Amino acid sequence: MWSPSLSTAARNRLRAAIVAVSVVAIAAGATCNEHLTVLAKGVRVCLECMGIG
Amino acid sequence: MFGMHGNRVRRPSERVRRQGRARTLVQCACAALANGYAVGFLRGKVFSGPSKALCVPVLNCSSCPGALGSCPIGALQAVGGSTRHTVSFYVLGTLALFGVVFGRLICGFACPFGFVQDLLARIPLPKVVVPARLDRVLRKVKYLVLGFLVIGLPAMAVVTGGNVAPLFCKFLCPAGTLEAGLPLVATNPSLQRLVGFLFNWKVLVLVAVVVLSTIVRRPFCKWLCPLGAFYSLFNKLSLYRMDFHAHACVGCGKCVRACPMCVDVRKDPNSPECIRCGACKATCPANAITTSSKLTQKGPSPTD
Repeated sequence: MWSPSLSTAARNRLRAAIVAVSVVAIAAGATCNEHLTVLAKGVRVCLECMGIG
Repeated sequence: MFGMHGNRVRRPSERVRRQGRARTLVQCACAALANGYAVGFLRGKVFSGPSKALCVPVLNCSSCPGALGSCPIGALQAVGGSTRHTVSFYVLGTLALFGVVFGRLICGFACPFGFVQDLLARIPLPKVVVPARLDRVLRKVKYLVLGFLVIGLPAMAVVTGGNVAPLFCKFLCPAGTLEAGLPLVATNPSLQRLVGFLFNWKVLVLVAVVVLSTIVRRPFCKWLCPLGAFYSLFNKLSLYRMDFHAHACVGCGKCVRACPMCVDVRKDPNSPECIRCGACKATCPANAITTSSKLTQKGPSPTD
């Protein structure tokens, strides 16, 4: 992803690009109601996580 | 031989103690924050508020009775494993955002399961040095876990047309057993009747990790944790970073011996394996290791 020779300015641009892509990804995921799937899993007792289901 | 902290001069041993105490306090606070629904432990029930739609940036089981947010690894598998989605942009975006700002600082200071391993490492038992070749191979396993179990297999749900079980949570995750399995089974009689082979297997995995943590520092973080694997991709790029000043180094090697992740900070201060715990910085007698979190800096970074 990153080579040691990258300058500070280039690294900052790459960081900004990742932040922008992350925000778009979060918005896209929320638009597709992914957060509701996350909520549905979070509010129930997950038997797989416990080692029962 | 003395390090500067503000206007006072402190010996490295005192700095190590102070830094260790400060990190323990932060780890306690983060664990308490992530599991703030204390009533859940008494009632044997999980929190079901709207904050569960948000992912915490650490490995903290959603089914832990006290958990206020969702585990990102469980959420990745739940969304990817459903027939409606392939991968979770929502969770990956959240993790990338934390990764690009903090890198693996989250592993070193905020992760409750990392904290548990740190506490176990304090038990005064002789520490085992894993052979370098074996260690190198084992450290790659966490990337397999992330790519195959957490992202790849759940994404197949769309192809197979049926929901895919969260295999990492089901077979491997010791945090789920510790934070959810044991407290819920202990307090909920109806769950006690369901305990079987799988639960025993997961307890065995947890016991193995616990025992290993007393003789090897942070074994789960080094070898198995998919969240650590994800954040490690951002370590060289993250805003929070380590800097090594070669001109100041006296070559004592204390930093390497202090590192729980066995990173040689002199060769690669922003190694993907570094959890930014600060042990190397605190122990350095020559102040050759510093941290920075600035967007701009005067001149090139000493580690560039």
